[in-house]
Formats: sequence, structure tokens, C-alpha cells
Amino acid sequence: MARYLLSRLGQSLILLLIVSFIGFAVLTLAPGGPLSQFALSPGMTQEQIDKIASQMGLDRPVVVQYFDWLSHLVIGDWGTSYRDGQSVLHVIGSHLFATLLLMGTATVISVTLGSSIGIYSALRRGGAFDYTMTVFAMVALSIPTFWFGLIAIYIFSLNLGWLPAGNMYTVGDGSVLDYVRHLIMPATVLALVDVAIWSRYMRTSTLNVVNQDFVRTAKAKGLTGRRVLLKHIVGNSLVPMITLAGLQLPMVLGGALVTETVFTWPGMGRLFLDSLGYSDYPVVMGLLMASAVLVLVGNLLADITVALIDPRIRLD
Amino acid sequence: MTDEKKNSAHLSRRQALMMMGAAGAALMTPMAIGRDKAFAANADATGQLVLAFSQEPTVFNPLMPHIEVDEGVYYAVYDTLFDFDPDGEFFPILAAEVPTVANGGISADGLSWKLKLKEGVTWHDGTPFTAEDVKFSLELTVDPDFRSFRSTGYKLMQDITVVSDTELTWTMSEPFAPMAAILASTYIVPKHVFDGAADKNATILNTAPIGTGPFKFKNRMAGDHIELEANADYHMDGPFLKTLIIKYVPDLNVMYTQFKSGDIDVIGLQYITPDHLAEAETLDGKVVKVAGTATFESIGLNMTRPQFQDKAVRQALYLAIDKTSIIDALYYGVPTPTETYMPQQSFYYNDSLPKHEFSIDKANAMLDEAGWEKGSDGIRVKDGVRLSFSNSTTAGNHLREQAQQFIQQTFAMIGVEMTIKNFPPAVMWGDYWMNSEFDSVVVGLNTLAGADPDTSDYFMSTMSPALGGSGQNTFAYQNPKVDELLTKGAQNFVPEERKAIYQEMQAVMREDLPFLPMFQYAVVKGWKDDVTGPTPNVNNRIDTWNVRDWART
Repeated sequence: MARYLLSRLGQSLILLLIVSFIGFAVLTLAPGGPLSQFALSPGMTQEQIDKIASQMGLDRPVVVQYFDWLSHLVIGDWGTSYRDGQSVLHVIGSHLFATLLLMGTATVISVTLGSSIGIYSALRRGGAFDYTMTVFAMVALSIPTFWFGLIAIYIFSLNLGWLPAGNMYTVGDGSVLDYVRHLIMPATVLALVDVAIWSRYMRTSTLNVVNQDFVRTAKAKGLTGRRVLLKHIVGNSLVPMITLAGLQLPMVLGGALVTETVFTWPGMGRLFLDSLGYSDYPVVMGLLMASAVLVLVGNLLADITVALIDPRIRLD
Repeated sequence: MTDEKKNSAHLSRRQALMMMGAAGAALMTPMAIGRDKAFAANADATGQLVLAFSQEPTVFNPLMPHIEVDEGVYYAVYDTLFDFDPDGEFFPILAAEVPTVANGGISADGLSWKLKLKEGVTWHDGTPFTAEDVKFSLELTVDPDFRSFRSTGYKLMQDITVVSDTELTWTMSEPFAPMAAILASTYIVPKHVFDGAADKNATILNTAPIGTGPFKFKNRMAGDHIELEANADYHMDGPFLKTLIIKYVPDLNVMYTQFKSGDIDVIGLQYITPDHLAEAETLDGKVVKVAGTATFESIGLNMTRPQFQDKAVRQALYLAIDKTSIIDALYYGVPTPTETYMPQQSFYYNDSLPKHEFSIDKANAMLDEAGWEKGSDGIRVKDGVRLSFSNSTTAGNHLREQAQQFIQQTFAMIGVEMTIKNFPPAVMWGDYWMNSEFDSVVVGLNTLAGADPDTSDYFMSTMSPALGGSGQNTFAYQNPKVDELLTKGAQNFVPEERKAIYQEMQAVMREDLPFLPMFQYAVVKGWKDDVTGPTPNVNNRIDTWNVRDWART
């Protein structure tokens, strides 16, 4: 196991280095740059832009800029945002709570609800519930989140006035209840698609297990349906879901761009898009590296967990 | 109404309030509205207001490179020496009076300046504001170690001398009339914050700005909002709001929805989209106003291209644009047609320029007469030059893209081929624009600095990067008459005389057409009807120019 982890770590480091280099090159070689937004400002001159670029070190060759950035990253200095002058870790950290709150809630809803629907559909395969849920999943997967979010706002905020039209909390309030009221719509809209995905995967996985020999054996030896379900079916059909959850981890921290936009939620997805729009290289690179690490960690955790609970799989 | 009087009234009222106690203060609150200082004690600020922008303000040192929405915060937190009101007249803020030739603040030759400041102004942290702060701010703009937003004008200032805590003088290396307008958009920063700072680009101003303005910076939730609170010691009328929230709403449809639902009290930049205007005007409890801005839309021509050398071609192209249809059909009639770069609200606007006319017949006749003959492909040619060129603008700007296609069709009717070649913003407005690599563009430009009519950066022949200059004359326009008028105007400090100069210049350019003026932009502003104060001001970049006056009734 230790050897396995060590080799995975080595592979990961090389992978991160490649990701960082490609990311940096694509970012800095793309036309525009952090100063192009000032070009149309009244009184701005090319001379002034050149001067600012030189002060920020943007006039150096890309390779020099890359190694400068990398050498700082290695000693834990992620750099400073061009946009607000804060350290990159601080910028990312300040969006973390909002993201965790929204994505965490949505993930809990989608995993529990999605798995339950999936299992139930599989057990009553071809029944009315299975049929309805299949249709629901297709619809949910087809509706653009943006549209669904706006419709939800139209109905529940503008017409019924039950829920706020967006934002994470009311400035000046900020009680738990206030957060909950603000969380309901975005979390539901976000969970909708994920419920559909999880239910489909879970249904397929459960169907695979239900038809296995050991399930038939368990039933044959007289176990109650409930016991077969909980001990033999659910446990085994959840194994592939662990891998899916591992893939989901970077998503949880990566935020949900569209939902965050519609509900003006100050999460990581918006941060990424805004930073990209302003060519805020240090923050974009920071987010890129953080999500690359999460992808690797998520995969590794999934592999290890699967190996731990499924004795047939060994990591060597 | 001098400030001394105001201050004494303010103090006595505050003392009176202290004696009367909290109950008395609550009773008096409804009177704290309007500009009358006698009733407007600053301690009475009440209520909260949410102002939304579609971009996030992030730069809080006002002398560093920033965008418009950042200035939305500056007007609340900082002060300028003086500013423009909606009529283009100066009014003092930190200055005791606005320097002019008439009051002796500026010498007749425009070289010696004398500035008197208000007494008793303090920074938000309690430190007294003095002339040293002004001197420091002005010098910071040209400090080689500082990432300064602008150096135009400032670099002409020499020997900035602090005469006393409330007075300073300087000389200009050459007369430069736009200096007053530049000062009107120069926010003064506190010197003491920079004392001992190793890096002037990384001070506390970046994260927790300290100003002299009507509101104190309270906190910022990154990606969401900034919370500001009333400065009870403000040196002018106001503020009348206890809390001002500047909210970031990244999507315009969402912003409008939140305005409808009441989550937003005042809808700021980029405002209500024109397609929502008709509906917005019917909303209960909202005030919706169309207001002109200083930005004008035009087809900009690259004057180094052989296709555009003949004035007849430029005039014929102008005749072949169906402006009215574009404005009415694409822009819901919100913008105003224009013949010049000068906003129609400006004191310097020339309202007697020839009116545009859409006439394919006249355009064809003009080109025929000038000797441009149609080739076998229907495109006009003269001396080997084909009347064919590309037109570029920001890809994804749907209204502009539709306008382009419409213009493309009417141009085809006069034997002109216009191809469309659009780019994403970063490419479009990068070197492609700055170094005049385009044939023609659709562009919205504000060529003015505040209310000053000087546009040398944009139209002076020496200001074209493509011709070896360093300004923003990306049309590469060269006209000795315009150069002469711009030079004369920049050295004249008498508004009436300058008016004649700049009106003549507008007439010359209307005839010359280095760009084909389309319309002056207007935006659809909106606020709840219990909000008073928001006032469109074409001379300022952002809505909060008078946020000190905003109130809720």
C-alpha cells in the first residue's frame, strides 16, 4: 500500500507540473491580458499601459514569468490577485464557505434522493414509479439550469413572494433561517440535475447487483427482503458510486457557474469566470492547481476506499 | 452658503441632539432630507440602500488602474477637490473654492495655480486632512514606483508647494486647460497610510480604504457585496443613509429580476437592458429614467487605408447608413442620433451641425460623381482601389452584430463591400485597436475627460500609435485644422472662448467624417420610488457621483 501511494504521489506531481505549464502557457499566450480592460478608459495611453505592464512584470518572456510563478508556488506563495491585491489563497478562501454551503447541500440532497430513487426504481423495474422517474431524469437532464433557475425565481419570488430572488443572505440579517431561505432555491435547482444523474447510475448499478448469484442465494436461504436489500444489494451497488463520488469531489469545491450566476451566489464558479475575464493569472492558476489537486485526491480516495471495502480489489 | 456657516449649524445641532437625547433624535429624523444643512445633521443618517453593479468593484486605491464600477465605491469613500454637476459647472468638495482665472486661483497665462482647501476635514481614521495629503496624491500619480492609472496632466505640474495646512500652489510647465477636469476626477488619498510603506502598490487602501468621503468602508464579501456605513463627521451635507450596500450582480437579466422583486433599490451600471424598458416603465413603486451618457457609437474608419482617402467616399458611406431604423429597431429607440463626439448635454455641444440623411440615391450619385465606377462584380473601383473593407467589433455583442449586418446590406446597395470580422473583447480592443490594424470598427467611445471638451488624445495627429504617437487616435486621423483648434483650446481658460473653438472643431469633423457618428448612448436607470437623490450626470463616469445626497423617504 505504501509503495502504491508513493508511486501515485510521484505520478501526481508530474501530472501537476504538466497541468501548470499548459495552463500558464494557454493563459498568458491568449490575446489580451490583464491590462486590456483599461484600453478604452478615458485618458489612457499606450505609454501608460506599457509602463504599468513593466511594473507588474508582464513584459517579461512567458517562460521567465512561469518559472517565477512556479518557484514561488513551491515555497507556498501562491501569488497576489491582479484584481484586488489580495493573496490568492485569501481570495480562494473567501469564496470557499459560499461554495461549500451551496454544493454541500446540493450534493447531500442529490446523493440521498438520487440513490433512493435509483434503488427503488431498480427493484420495481418497469413499474409506474420507475417509468415516471425515467421521464423525470430525462427532463431534468435536458432543461438548461439557467432557464430552470429563472423560472423558479419567476414563480417563487416574483409571483408568490415566498423566497428571495437570489443572494446568500440579507445584508444586516444573516441568521441561520435567513441563510436557509436563500439556500432553498439554488440548492434545489442545482440538485435537480444531480438527482437525475445519481438515480440513473444507482438504478443501473442496483440492477447489476440484483441479478447476481449471491442475491439469489441470499433469497434462497430464506433471508427477508429487507435484509437482502440492505445487506446484500445496497452495499454492493454502492461500490461504483464511490468512484462517482470521487469524481464529484472537485465539482463540490469547483462551484456551479450557472447556478451561482442566476442566484448571485458568491462561489468558486463565479470567481473562476471573473478571474478569467480580467485575466487575473495568479488567481486562475491558483484555482486551476487547486482543482487539479482535488481531481487527483478525489480519484485516489475513491480507489483506496473501493479497495478497502471490496476485498476483490487490491492496490499494488 | 459658505461651509463655515454649515459647520457651525452642524455642530450646534449635534450638541442640541446630545442634550435632547435619543428620543428627540428619532423625532427629528424625518426632517433630515434635502440639501438644507440647518436640518441635515449627519448623525441622522437612516436606512439601508442596495445599489447593484454588473461588474465587481475590486480596486480600492483610486489612483491605481481601475474600471468604472470601482469609481462607484470611490465617490462614496473618497472625495475629489471639486466635481462637475449635471450642467457641467464645478462645485467644491475638499477645495474651499474652485480655482478659476476670475477668482485668481489660476493665473491669466494658465501657469500658476493656487488652491485653497476646507478647514476641519478629517480622514475616516480621525487624522486631520491637510494640503500635504493633496500634494502627496498629486505626486503619487507620477511616482515611478507606483502603478499609476494616469499621468496625463499631472506630469506637467511642477513645484507643488504646501503654503499652509489649507493652501497649496504649483506651476504648470505649459498651459493645460483640461487640468481642472482631471483634478475633478482625482480622488485624494491619505498620505499617512503610505508613511513607511515598503511597496506603495500594497497599502491598506487596497483592502480597507480610508477616505474623507460620506461613507466609511465597513467590509467586503468578495464576489458579492461591499458594505459602507455613514461617516457621521462628513464635511458636507449628508450622508442620509446609514448603510450603503454595493452589490455585485453578474448577469443583467438577473439584475433586472432582482430589481423587480425589490432585492435591489437602485440599479446601476450596466442598468436595465433596452428590451426591458417598456415593461420597466409599468412597474409599481419604481422610477425608471432614460439618461444620456457621454459615450457615442460610431463607425470608426482607419484613415490610413486607401479606401477612405476620398472624402466623397466617407460622406457617401454616411448617407448609406439607415440610422433611424438601427436605433428604433435594434436599440428600442433608447439612444439619441448624433452628428458629433460631443454629448448633447455638454456646454460645448454644437447643435447646428448638418443633420444626417439616409439616401441611397444621393450616396450613389456622390460616388458616381467622384469617379468611383462599378466593376463587373458590382463593387466600385477607382485608380485600382476597390471599395471593399472589413468591419470589426466585439464578438458576442448581438446588437452591434445585427447593426453591422444591416449596414452591410445598405452599403452593398451603393456598390460597397463590407465584410464582417469580429473578435472577442480582449483581442478586439488590444493591439488590433490600439495599433489601428482594422479597416473599420463599430465602437462606443467617450473621448472626454469629465466635462472638459479637450479630446487631443483621440483626434490630434500626434496621438496615433500607428503613426508613431502614444495616444488613442486609433482612427489615425490627421487634420492640421483640428490639431490647431485642439492646441488652441487646451491653452484657453475662458469657457465661452473655448466653446467657439470646440464647436468649430465639431463642424470640421462632421464635414471630414473620420468616423461616421451613429448615436449618443443612453441608459435606462431605475430606482425604488422611496429613494431620492440619484441624478443622471453625463459629466461623471458613474451613478454615485452625488451619493452623499441619496436618501430614503
